[in-house]
Amino acid sequence: MSATIITITSGKGGVGKTTATANLGASLADLGYRVVCIDADIGLRNLDVVMGLENRIVYDLVDVVEGHCKLRQAMIRDKHLQDLFLIPAAQTRDKTAVSPQDMVRITDELRQESDWILIDSPAGIERGFRNAIAPADLVLIITNPEVSAVRDADRIIGLIEAEEKGPGKLILNRVKPEMVRRGDMLATDDILDVLAIDLIGVIPEDEAILIATNRGTAASLDSKSKAGKAYRNVARRLNGEEVPFEILQANDGFFRRISRIMKPGGER
Amino acid sequence: MKASLSIKGTQDGLLVSIPEGDWGDARPALLQMIDEQTDFFQGARLILQIEQRALRAADLGSLRDALAEREVNLWAVLSSSDVTKIAAADLGLAQQLSKSSSSGDEDVPFETMLYGDEAVLVEKTLRSGHSIRHPGHVIILGDINPGAEVIAGGNVMVWGRLRGMVHAGAAGDESSKVYALDLSPTQLRIAGQIAVSPTRRGRPKPEVAQIREGQLVAEEWQSNRRR
Ligand SMILES: Nc1ncnc2c1ncn2[C@@H]1O[C@H](COP(=O)(O)OP(=O)(O)OP(=O)(O)O)[C@@H](O)[C@H]1O
Ligand SMILES: [Mg+2]
Repeated sequence: MSATIITITSGKGGVGKTTATANLGASLADLGYRVVCIDADIGLRNLDVVMGLENRIVYDLVDVVEGHCKLRQAMIRDKHLQDLFLIPAAQTRDKTAVSPQDMVRITDELRQESDWILIDSPAGIERGFRNAIAPADLVLIITNPEVSAVRDADRIIGLIEAEEKGPGKLILNRVKPEMVRRGDMLATDDILDVLAIDLIGVIPEDEAILIATNRGTAASLDSKSKAGKAYRNVARRLNGEEVPFEILQANDGFFRRISRIMKPGGER
Repeated sequence: MKASLSIKGTQDGLLVSIPEGDWGDARPALLQMIDEQTDFFQGARLILQIEQRALRAADLGSLRDALAEREVNLWAVLSSSDVTKIAAADLGLAQQLSKSSSSGDEDVPFETMLYGDEAVLVEKTLRSGHSIRHPGHVIILGDINPGAEVIAGGNVMVWGRLRGMVHAGAAGDESSKVYALDLSPTQLRIAGQIAVSPTRRGRPKPEVAQIREGQLVAEEWQSNRRR
C-alpha cells in the first residue's frame, strides 16, 4: 500500500473543510479503502466532533509528534466504517507544536498501511496551513459561491503553486439550486473564470449536512442526501472514475459551462 | 518648483535627476515627491543625479537618513563636483551605475539598440495577494486577478484579463498607459489619477487606458490608430 495524501484547505474559514474531510473520508472508506483522516487544526479541533468520535480521544497528533504515544495509539476507529480512522488534533496546544517536517514524517509512516490520507487544514495561510499542505500529493481547495471566499481561494491557489503542490482541484460548496434556477450564474461563472483550476465537486446546500454533523455521522452515508451523493461522487472522481456532474442535466448555462470545463482536452 | 525632478528606472534602481537650482529647494521637493508616491518608492534603491552641485557629507548623510525613514535606500550619488564625490565616498555611496545600466558608450554599428525604460515580462497569472513593483514597464502574460496588484513606473500591458489593481506611471508620469485584452480592473491608477471600471457590457475587447485632458479614460485599442 502507498497512500495518496490529500489536503483539504480553503483560505477563508467556515466554508466546509471539516465537513468535506469527514464526508470524503467516509465515502472513500465505503468504497472499500483504508482511510486515515488527520485533523491539522491544532487548538481548534473539530473533525472529531463532526465524525462523532470526540469521546474516544485518548492521544492526539501532538502526542504523536512529541513521542508520548505510538502512531497506532492515536488512530481512532470510526463507529460505522471498519477502515476509517481519525487522528485528532490537540485541543490545548497551538500550531507551533507541529512542524511541516513532522507532518511529512508522520504521513510517511502512515502511507504504508493506508490507501488515502485526508488532512483537514485550518483556515488562513499561516503555519497551520503550511503544516497541512507539506505532505500533500493533491490539494483540494474548497470555496463557496461568494466573493470573499473565492478571493481567499485564489490566494491559496497561488501559495500552493509557489510550494509546487499545485494547482489543486476545486470543490464548490453550498451551491443553492434556486440561485442556479434563477439564472443567477454570474458568480459561478466568475469563480471558474478567476480560479482557472479543475473542478472536482459541486456540493449543494443541504440541511442533511447539519443534521448529520449533529449526529456525528457523515451525510455521504445517507443515501437520500443530495450533498452526501455529491461527496460520494467526488470520492469516485478521486478514485479515477469519470462521473458526470450529477445536476448537470439541467439545461442552463451554469451547468453547461461546468461540463465544458470538465471535458478532458477541452478549451481550458 | 520650476524644473521638475525626473525619474528613470535602471537596473541599479531608480535614477532621480535633480534639476539645477538651490539644494534648499531641491531637497524638500524630492522628499515631497516620495511622500506623495509612497507606494512606488517604498523599498526602492535610489540613484541621485545632482550634476555639478557641491554637497558635503553632512548634507548627503542627512538626506540618506531622511530617505531611510521613508524606507528608501540611497545607493549612489552621481555628480561632477569633487566635494560631492568625496562626501559620497565617505558615506560609502556608489558613484556610477553598473555598466549595463548606463546607456552605452559602446560602438553600435547600426541603431539596433532600443533605448528607454526597461520592461519586465511576467509569464503567469497573478493571483490574489501577489504584488509586482518595477520602475520601468511591466508586461504580464496572464491575468491579474482581483486582489493582485502591479505598480510600475512606466506602462503596464496585460495580455490577459486585468481584474486586480494596476498603477502605471506610479512615480508621476502622466503619459503612462495601461493596455489589456480585457480591462476590468478593481481599480486603475495612472500617475495621480484613480478610476474604477464601469460594469462591462458585452464581450471584452482590447483596450488602452490613459490620461487625456486630465481625465483617465479607456478606449478600445485600434492598431491602425497608434497613439
Ligand atoms: N453543503 C452544505 N450545506 C449546508 N451546510 C453546510 C454545507 N457544508 C458545510 N456546511 C455548514 O457550514 C458550517 C462550516 O462548515 P465546516 O466546519 O466544515 O467549515 P470549515 O471550513 O472546516 O471551518 P473552519 O475554517 O472553522 O475550520 C457548518 O455548520 C456546516 O454544517
Ligand atoms: Mg474546520
